[in-house]
Amino acid sequence: MAPLLAPLVLETPFPRGILPYLVGGLLVGLGAAVIYLATGIIAGASTFLESTLSYVSDVDRFNRFKYVQSRGWRVVFTLGIVSGAALWGLVLAPDPTIWTTDVQWWRLLAGGVLVGVGTRLGKGCTSGHGVCGVGSLSNTSLVNVATFMAFAIGTAQLVQALGVTP
Amino acid sequence: MSDETRSPWFLPVIYVGGLIFGLGLAVSGMARPEVVLDFLQFDDFGLVFVMGGAAVVTGITFAVATRYLDRAPLTASEYTRRVKEFDRNVVVGGVIFGVGWGLSGICPGSAYASFGVGNYPILWAIGGMFLGAYAQGYVRSLTGSEEGT
Repeated sequence: MAPLLAPLVLETPFPRGILPYLVGGLLVGLGAAVIYLATGIIAGASTFLESTLSYVSDVDRFNRFKYVQSRGWRVVFTLGIVSGAALWGLVLAPDPTIWTTDVQWWRLLAGGVLVGVGTRLGKGCTSGHGVCGVGSLSNTSLVNVATFMAFAIGTAQLVQALGVTP
Repeated sequence: MSDETRSPWFLPVIYVGGLIFGLGLAVSGMARPEVVLDFLQFDDFGLVFVMGGAAVVTGITFAVATRYLDRAPLTASEYTRRVKEFDRNVVVGGVIFGVGWGLSGICPGSAYASFGVGNYPILWAIGGMFLGAYAQGYVRSLTGSEEGT
């Protein structure tokens, strides 16, 4: 666990408090709302993976019209996400610093592969289904979110029980 | 929405929206896989407020725009909700995504944000996500399964 994070006090369900989570969540929603109100676009983060592959791959699926015509702004959206996080982490945060994870590389790589497969097969991720789909009260999204949440909790607890930290 | 109907403000607004989105992911801690894993291991339930807070804002925005607003100013697109067709892949994909999220603590948006806070080891996860997205696209193109997005 990085020293920058407040130590966990397990007697409370919210050992780091609630405020940063709530403010962060409202900002995530605000970012999506700005794009939606201005353009009508409901932005998700995972379509970027496939639409960007169309720049370098001939595979039919990546070169569908809706990916090719949206790939430009999806790159800009992702650059915005990177910039916004950098703005907080390196400038505005109470302790501006470069932060790196202690989670082991093989967990990041293997988890990343599964996230890449699962979000594209399942038509969305934590932002598309989790934020925008739930905000739309879409049954498809509610089922997807309940499914990935249950399996994520099960997996994380199993990995922890096997003694892998972090 | 074609390029001809797009305002010159289109890309700048997408960038600013992404910037606020990424700022929120960093403020909330979701850019740190450790914080996500603490949630999934029931050590810190704060993440409920991230998804909940964000979904309330988008929910109110979608409800107001679809009822009371006409067309989006920068694209002339109609306002719609995010309602995707349900099929088996929604569940299968959710299971695979869930296992990956639980293993790594990383989802697409939070991975981009994590790179923004200087977390270069996250490139393992971003590289993995591209590999996974490529693999499913390659296989589905071979088998002609073009359902879903």
